[in-house]
Amino acid sequence: MDGNLNALTTVFTEFYYWVTVVFMFLIHVGFCMYEVGASRRRNHMHTLMKNVMVIPLVTVTFFFFGWWIYWAFPMFPFFGGLDLEAGAANLPWAETMGPNAADRITGVFWAAFLLFSWTAASIVSGSVIERIRSSALWVHAVLIGSVWWIIDAAWGWHYGGWMVQYLGYHDAYASGVIHAIAGGYALGVITVLGPRIGKFADDGTPRDIPPHNPWMLTIGIFLIYTGFWGFYAACNVPAISPEAIGGQITGDTWTATNIYLAPTSLSAITFNFLMSLSGGLMMAYVVSRGDAFWTFSGGLAGVITASAGNDLYHPIQAMLIAAAGVFIVYRLHYWVEKRFKLDDAVGAVAVHGYAGVVGLIISGFVLWGAPSSPYEGYAAINPLGQTLGAAIMFLGLGFIPAFVVAKMQAAAGVLRIPEEVELQGLDYAEHHAYEDAQAEIIAADKEFLANKVTPAE
Amino acid sequence: MSTIGYESWAVDMADVGPIYPFQGSEVLMVIVGVIFWLVWHRIQFVREGQHLEEARQQALDHERIQRSVERY
Repeated sequence: MDGNLNALTTVFTEFYYWVTVVFMFLIHVGFCMYEVGASRRRNHMHTLMKNVMVIPLVTVTFFFFGWWIYWAFPMFPFFGGLDLEAGAANLPWAETMGPNAADRITGVFWAAFLLFSWTAASIVSGSVIERIRSSALWVHAVLIGSVWWIIDAAWGWHYGGWMVQYLGYHDAYASGVIHAIAGGYALGVITVLGPRIGKFADDGTPRDIPPHNPWMLTIGIFLIYTGFWGFYAACNVPAISPEAIGGQITGDTWTATNIYLAPTSLSAITFNFLMSLSGGLMMAYVVSRGDAFWTFSGGLAGVITASAGNDLYHPIQAMLIAAAGVFIVYRLHYWVEKRFKLDDAVGAVAVHGYAGVVGLIISGFVLWGAPSSPYEGYAAINPLGQTLGAAIMFLGLGFIPAFVVAKMQAAAGVLRIPEEVELQGLDYAEHHAYEDAQAEIIAADKEFLANKVTPAE
Repeated sequence: MSTIGYESWAVDMADVGPIYPFQGSEVLMVIVGVIFWLVWHRIQFVREGQHLEEARQQALDHERIQRSVERY
């Protein structure tokens, strides 16, 4: 670090990303609470452990190869080869991938992206509860968390990605690169996995399977909101000089930027996070006629819808775009559920997938002609580029890989749990030691009571 | 044409002010936003009135009230 100002900027940036990582941990806590609250009592431990183990599995694989993919894949394979030079510093054996006094940013930047990876995997985890094998989900978690989403990030969420350069793709807070792909991925898995027993009546009418604990869901989704603040901050570069960007920006005024190194501010995204959350909550309350869980999820879907352009939208635009998105997402969820008999246990496909797609398409119109990048020669933001981008995220990197892998798992008989176990409950099937110990200690207590305590006359 | 007024970032950031789309339409946006907000209240008043009337009709069922009270 040369000079006091550079040192201060480096340490500030290092601390900035570290704080976002801590905040984003709450997203995973929230997802765990939401999933467990939504599951029935006989599936608690399985549901919890399924999502908790996403953390280590995605973390180690993201260290081994996920992070390298982000730096090596921006033009690969359609518009150039692997960027081995940029990738070299991010290989698991590189000197910068460990304590290194000459590099204070790689670790916190890696962690910020890793927390996005957990989120992508966790979105899929929620939709498949109570009938998927943990082993099958964990393969999907590694694929979405350390392969597919990070490829889409290299293509469309990197200052040099081909989607940004040629399509003018703009997705500042990840409507597509996290939410559309994860929603599409979840759809691919549940299409093969099938619904929970009893979800649909004989005539095809969907039945509601209520959460066992609505308060866990409530706290869970509020924790996700809280973590989402950290996610928004993590998507920005907090302070950078035009010289460091090396693009077209002139002068020497420093700015905050989005992931594409194009100007925005923390203040802008604070306005827009709150206004899009509000627009989503208001519309969801109306369209669901006050259903608590759809209202909470609608707040999230509202933010997700507006996220593609929340670096630039006016706050009222963010509110209205969120509201429009939630209206579409809610209607689409029930139409798809009834038409295709799909059981998305937590509404993840709708809240993340459909909201992400709708948000990308809307942003193409509202931001039409705005520069996607500070670098010369890049396509401007446009509706066609955003729509193609949405299709690449939701279908190309989300639905199709998930569908293929889930089909392979189903063919091998390792995707879904046996019917008898589904009815019995996974907690007894997979956590029998806990259940047995519980039964044993209850029996022991009863025996003690019978021998030692005299009933009142 | 760019909705945010900038077609490239070849600018000095010291000279840049608003960067949101459709600058100059702020008052119109506020009007649309306020209409959205007020319509929301109107919908809620109507729906809650209908809901409470339905609930009142159900509440005429004495046994149902008894069960609700006992349920705490």
